[in-house]
Amino acid sequence: MSLAPARKPPPTDLAVETETIVPEPESGHQRVPRWVVKAASPVVLVILWQILGSSGVLERDVLAPPSDVFATAVEMAAEGRLSSAILASLGRVALGLVLGIVTATVLATITGLFRRGEDLLDLPVQMLRTVPVIGLIPLLIVWFGIGEEPKVALIGLAVTFPLYMNLFGGIRNVDAALVEASRTLGLGRLDQIRQVILPAALPQALVGLRYALGSAWLALVFGETINTTSGIGYEMNTAREYFQTDVIVVCLVLYALLGLVADLIVRGLERGLLSWRPAFQGQ
Amino acid sequence: MATGLPGTVTTGAPVEVRNLSRRFGEHVVIDGLDLHIEPGEFVALLGASGCGKSTLLRILADLDRDITGDVSVARGRAVGFQAPRLMPWKRVWRNVVLGLPGRPDRERAEAALAEVGLSHRVDVWPKVLSGGEAQRVALARSLVREPDLLLLDEPFSALDALTRLTARGLVDELWQRHRCAVLLVTHDVEEALVLADRVLVMDRGRIAHDARVEIDRPRDLADPALVAMRTDLLARLGVDVKEHA
Repeated sequence: MSLAPARKPPPTDLAVETETIVPEPESGHQRVPRWVVKAASPVVLVILWQILGSSGVLERDVLAPPSDVFATAVEMAAEGRLSSAILASLGRVALGLVLGIVTATVLATITGLFRRGEDLLDLPVQMLRTVPVIGLIPLLIVWFGIGEEPKVALIGLAVTFPLYMNLFGGIRNVDAALVEASRTLGLGRLDQIRQVILPAALPQALVGLRYALGSAWLALVFGETINTTSGIGYEMNTAREYFQTDVIVVCLVLYALLGLVADLIVRGLERGLLSWRPAFQGQ
Repeated sequence: MATGLPGTVTTGAPVEVRNLSRRFGEHVVIDGLDLHIEPGEFVALLGASGCGKSTLLRILADLDRDITGDVSVARGRAVGFQAPRLMPWKRVWRNVVLGLPGRPDRERAEAALAEVGLSHRVDVWPKVLSGGEAQRVALARSLVREPDLLLLDEPFSALDALTRLTARGLVDELWQRHRCAVLLVTHDVEEALVLADRVLVMDRGRIAHDARVEIDRPRDLADPALVAMRTDLLARLGVDVKEHA
């Protein structure tokens, strides 16, 4: 065809510019193990804190040095104050968690599985969710007094919403093709829920559980400021009155450690329950 | 759950459809369709994309009841989809026996997996399987139910060309052993000709063409009779082969 574009003449010089690809040299940062690098910055911070404390730059009333904090922790442990505080606080979190998990699971199953349930229940739950849970403390005190009930209720509420959101989302994200396949395999409604919908929603539900644990801890800290006579928060409040910054730091470390342990437990759960999911592990 | 009149229990052909229609709004996808499949018969259903063949299969699988007309399907039926649709949280063998009454029967699953050549994959998670393996597990899951009717919706279309050939051979072999009625929905004329007793072409919501393939198995695609049928079927599907030859 005469309209076709003219062909480019073949190159006369056949050599093209080339580049040699060399293997990457063994990288140098392999020599220092990674955990050493990771541990370096916290260790330096603690040393700096200790130096500032013992040199008197950082006064004891402002922040006790790590050596004092450690000594206090050992002392509190010996007196049994540490374990009784931990037990009291853990009991509250456990009770609140159970309350919240049951509430969230019941609500999310109803709204997730049934459109009528969603129409009836989802809107009020979403409205409640926007209220900061901590803001409910005065109301909880009016309703339940200043005993254990408002603390547990606060934790329960803090757990309910993140878990509900994720469980509901998880159920609604279930692949409809799988539910359809399970129907053709003869699974009844109940078995579809048990063997298909809930397992499919589990990964998202566990994400919700992790969020829920985070807010449970937060709720515990706030809850324990309500006229407490036991628990980590009680120790912390008493210490505040006497400027015992070492005790306060011990309590903060306790909160952090317990939070960490809870997170580890959920991660363990994920590893166990979601082993079917070969997810991207990072490079 | 048989489709059609609720609660009717009759004995008869695995598929008996009369005057079936299905519309999506104004758009009529199936328009007064009739279909009859004999027990043990292998029927392939061809048609251009969007001609309603998958819709028909979904109706026969009782996944779509928004219909008019009379439909009667075998109660014992199994469905193979385009994607394997395995439950990723169940090990392969549990997927195979999922939905069977009673406790999960591992031996039964193992026997079915052996039939599709996957004895070594009994205990793995579905995500580990290759596409062809997953589709074979789905096939085992269908056959373990010993269905009277097997409905297959383009089960090989997502596989690579080589795996597809193997899978086709496997289906042929399994069908000869189980002798259930099969309705295979496919785009692939050659696949239909190699496998089926009868090839249907669907057009404008009806069965527009119904051809019997009277050639002994195993079939050779180079067989002049098959070549002629292939040319004819392609022409009916709107492809003129000579133009490409």
